Amino acid sequence: MDLDLSPEVQAFRDEARAWLAAHVPAEPLPSFDTPEGFAAHREWEAELADARWSVVSWPAEYGGRDASLLEWVLFEEEYYAAGAPLRVNQNGIFMLAPTLFSHGTDEQLARILPKMARSEEVWAQAWSEPEAGSDIAALRSTASRVDGGWVLNGQKTWSSRAAYADRAFGLFRSDPDAERHRGLTYLMADLRADGVTVRPIPQLDGEPGFAEIFFDDVFVPDADVIGEPGAGWKVAMTTANNERGLSLRSPGRFLAAADRLTALWSSSGRPEATADRVADAWIGARAYQLYTFGTVTKLAEGGQLGPESSVNKLFWSHLDVELHETALDLLGPDAELRGRWSDGWLFSLAGPIYGGTDQIQRTIVAERLLGLPKGDR
Amino acid sequence: MKFGLTAEQTAFAASLHDLLSTTDDWPKLAELGVTALGIPEKHDGLAASPVDLVVAFESLGHHGVPGPWTDTVAVLPALLDDPVLASVASGETRASVVFAPHVPYALDADTADLRVLVDGSRLRTFSPGRELSSVDPSRRLFEVVPGDDLGPALDPAHAFDLGVLATAAQLLGAGNWLLSTAVDYAGQRRQYGREIGKYQAVKHLLADVITALELARPLLYGAAVTLSPTDISAAKVACGDAALLAARTGLQVHGAIGYTAEHPLGRRLLRVRALTTAWGTAAVHRRRVLAAVV
Repeated sequence: MDLDLSPEVQAFRDEARAWLAAHVPAEPLPSFDTPEGFAAHREWEAELADARWSVVSWPAEYGGRDASLLEWVLFEEEYYAAGAPLRVNQNGIFMLAPTLFSHGTDEQLARILPKMARSEEVWAQAWSEPEAGSDIAALRSTASRVDGGWVLNGQKTWSSRAAYADRAFGLFRSDPDAERHRGLTYLMADLRADGVTVRPIPQLDGEPGFAEIFFDDVFVPDADVIGEPGAGWKVAMTTANNERGLSLRSPGRFLAAADRLTALWSSSGRPEATADRVADAWIGARAYQLYTFGTVTKLAEGGQLGPESSVNKLFWSHLDVELHETALDLLGPDAELRGRWSDGWLFSLAGPIYGGTDQIQRTIVAERLLGLPKGDR
Repeated sequence: MKFGLTAEQTAFAASLHDLLSTTDDWPKLAELGVTALGIPEKHDGLAASPVDLVVAFESLGHHGVPGPWTDTVAVLPALLDDPVLASVASGETRASVVFAPHVPYALDADTADLRVLVDGSRLRTFSPGRELSSVDPSRRLFEVVPGDDLGPALDPAHAFDLGVLATAAQLLGAGNWLLSTAVDYAGQRRQYGREIGKYQAVKHLLADVITALELARPLLYGAAVTLSPTDISAAKVACGDAALLAARTGLQVHGAIGYTAEHPLGRRLLRVRALTTAWGTAAVHRRRVLAAVV
């Protein structure tokens, strides 16, 4: 058992650190949920992609570096330690791309991934519907077979990044007679196509971080179906595990935030009242980092990410909220003023909701990891 | 990087688990090598890694084994370079170690063969004073009457850290025993015509316990790899918090039966309570973390 890095891995990390130190914008970019911020983040993604730091774990032919999972985790640590911008295309890079690698055709990979890596195409997710939140299998939006493709109808909501994104991916009911998880198809759609209406929804920070998407006879070609028609649930589970598991929330984010918190505590005169909570934030971030190294080892030895990804999500989403609430308490009356910590706190509050609520995750953990008997929801 | 147990360590954990399922007899554990783990080869020890030590202590904690294991197996070998360690390795000698200010009372001091008080950088003997009553009836504690000087301590800071690490490991093991005991009970106990484990209110309590334990484990093993005092303190805090959560939740899931003096669940809860403040309270260890990272 060891935590040693090989010379190759260290060299990779050092190269990333040096590049980021030289290129990360000195001033934080405006929120990517504003038009100017969205454009600025697109530019940043292109700069990352030009230097092949946008999607390090992808194969080189699609703009990556064939980095190992460990190298990806370390890259993320460097990325957030350097104070680099959030990834405007994270839905695409961390949710859609893994699904494409598992279920996509060569044509889809070649057509979609390079543009995703550069954020020439920014992706929104389109899972939830007004009557299908936690119970995603209750979705009602339809895909009807037509010559050469499918016609979409219905409404999606809480679609992250949809206000300004180019394309969206999600599940549609392709067999109206099939029950629940059956008869669903995983499709990608152009948000600027005829029949698509996007209605942005301002979030708690006032900016439209998500949107409703209305589909009114929107044509999607067969080439934009992922996996077999009707097998969408199975395909989507790949994405769900990625969102809850390793990909969307790398330890680097929390390590960097914990470092900022300890610095804030120190510069605030090291108040006794928050000392324990500051220590717990650091301990939590370190725990999540080491837990992730354990997961990396397990996956490298051929293991799978199973229901453990729900443990993962429960832990980081709470760590994130606690960490930010501690920072706000440290700031005293100034915590009320808009700023990096209050924005981060608002962002953290969504964690226990998206990608499966805490309550859904706890039920998954109890039934699939602890083996407790299935009961009513 | 390989942050997982080796096949040998997994096998060692399994054989220790098998043995402890039938007995917690000190000589039997010595035969398996537990008492020799931290002792150098020149004193007939195994010179095992701190990870091996943590594997053993997690199992001791899981099975709730009483006795001065931390003092004898984890701490003493870092305090002395002395032929007496050979008799510790063989299982003949048991030690009771006092480490002011965080370990003020002596465990099993009346039956220990070797009594060592760490006084700064020096070691002294001590004799047992008044017997105290621990919240955990299996922990027999004594006040300390300092005795003669024994010479310089080998590496007192490291010895203390190993005591903390061994205690954290026992807490994690105890926490996992409490969780599995509560899960088994929730799958059997029926109320309102169904197993109580079918209710989300019960499920969600237990899900929070496994989350806390699963995230404490990598801190514990990470600390055994790095031996950084910061990581060791972080492990003690997280294993203590997770074990206490497991104990409180386990009691809640069992209801009144768990509150009885003879039920193993309640006895393990008391062990966890005692170990949570042994070898440095959570407050002490949080301060150690902060001092290092700020």
